[in-house]
Amino acid sequence: MLPTLGAYEVSLIVIVSVNVMLALSLNIITGLCGQVSLGHAAFFGIGAYASAVLGNLGVPFLVVLPLAGLVGCLLGLLVGLASLRVRADFLAITTMGVGFVFVGFVRKQNWLGAEMGLSNIPDHGLGDAGFVGVCLALVVAIALLSAYIKQSWLGFGFAAVADDEDTSRTLGIDAAAYKVTAFVIGTFLAGVAGATYAYFTRFLIPGAFGFGVSISILAMVIVGGVGSIWGVIVAAAALTLLPEFIRVVNDYKIFIYGVLLVLTMRLSPGGLAELVGRLPIFRRKAHQRSSGAQP
Amino acid sequence: MTDTPTNVLTLEAISVRFGGIAALTSVDMTLNQGELLGLIGPNGAGKTTLLRTVIGVVRPTQGRVFLRGDDVTSLNVDMRARRGIALTHQIVKPFRSMTVLDNVVFAAGHAKTGSVMRALGTRSRSEETQRARGLLDLVGIDRYADAFPSALPLGALKRLEVARALATDPKILLLDEPLAGLNHIEAERLADTFLRLNAGGVTMVLIEHNLGQVARICPRVVVLDNGRKIGEGATRDTLSDPAVIAAYIGKEVTHA
Repeated sequence: MLPTLGAYEVSLIVIVSVNVMLALSLNIITGLCGQVSLGHAAFFGIGAYASAVLGNLGVPFLVVLPLAGLVGCLLGLLVGLASLRVRADFLAITTMGVGFVFVGFVRKQNWLGAEMGLSNIPDHGLGDAGFVGVCLALVVAIALLSAYIKQSWLGFGFAAVADDEDTSRTLGIDAAAYKVTAFVIGTFLAGVAGATYAYFTRFLIPGAFGFGVSISILAMVIVGGVGSIWGVIVAAAALTLLPEFIRVVNDYKIFIYGVLLVLTMRLSPGGLAELVGRLPIFRRKAHQRSSGAQP
Repeated sequence: MTDTPTNVLTLEAISVRFGGIAALTSVDMTLNQGELLGLIGPNGAGKTTLLRTVIGVVRPTQGRVFLRGDDVTSLNVDMRARRGIALTHQIVKPFRSMTVLDNVVFAAGHAKTGSVMRALGTRSRSEETQRARGLLDLVGIDRYADAFPSALPLGALKRLEVARALATDPKILLLDEPLAGLNHIEAERLADTFLRLNAGGVTMVLIEHNLGQVARICPRVVVLDNGRKIGEGATRDTLSDPAVIAAYIGKEVTHA
């Protein structure tokens, strides 16, 4: 099946995979742990640039992948630690600042290609089919990891911190450690997504990691349903593919993202996941729950 | 430090200032193992500030806090909680995204959530779920287990606070006005629950304005007024102390 894929199909699968990875990685930070980040593209970008540099040093692609993740989560650790004293809207602004700092820094670095871009990224050597296989394997692995975390006591702790940080601390939760952990895991995965992207496009420019990209990733998480793994996957795939298939959507991409964000907040703050949860077949279950609770 | 083995909590000359205002001035207090101590005083006396100093939200300007003989003054909120200090909030603070049962299950998992790595490595909630159901049953809100907190009346949410705090296996349970906002029957029933828990070995401090219930269930009280301790001792004697009466009556008059 795979060898019959044309260049266009390969590019679609890879870009969808990268965006799903990015959305799932932000979902761990924002969705599970409640820490809004407006600068996620910085971690995506540092992973991409790190993998370009490492690739040029002769490190093979499959080794570059985890290393790019490590570089991403090193920055994530720094930002996470620096952000411990800021919450909610302040954290959002802080992470937005990190995003600008990253782009502003790369723009002036000749060794990273500066404004002209970095184009000498080596071939991954896996062939199209192999690369697509790696992408899909990464998506599945990250989705399974997300699901595992959500069910683990770590995810339970994330949910408590997201819900009410101060109260969670009175129950013995080291909220700082939980938040930093969410940042480290989420930014590691963003770094891996960056490496995948770098080896696919083999050309990096600072603009590919700008504020608009951070917002797009956040839009995927919010439209999918903050914290919902399947919802985020569906939204990331749909918001990536729609502009590809429907020309007018592409022309109005930012417009449509904006409208979707407004509609989601207004009509279904829990996103796609909440909408589906309201369908009759799911409501029956919810109703049984609440009616069973009446005295 | 003059701690005896039965002292679970000792406050040594605690002073707290917020800017230029003295919220607490040199307050000493001890809590004995198994005790149910009432902490009373008019509004603004510093009761909640004292409680917040015990849990670590407020750092004293002067003085020290000892938990079972260990100086915990420099420890933060979650460290103190892991050493066995639990509280129920005056204004209920359930995790609203979780069911009532999950609120308590989460607290019961404190051994697993104490370290991030252990939390990542474990998934099973069966033990904690069983324990949480037992606690909901104990405080009498087991019928609400699968509901979300937004569906519960205040009386049930107050009980959820107690169940969740107990789930952390506290050495000391601090109750901040748990009876406020409850009607007479609800207050009486919850106070009875405290008596039962105390008889079962839980050491408690009860901050409460409902002096009738305090007199009924607390053998000993500490009285604060204007950030100072103005009385301490057997509840009946202390409540009839002219200085304590004056603190209450005086306030009532000035507020009227």
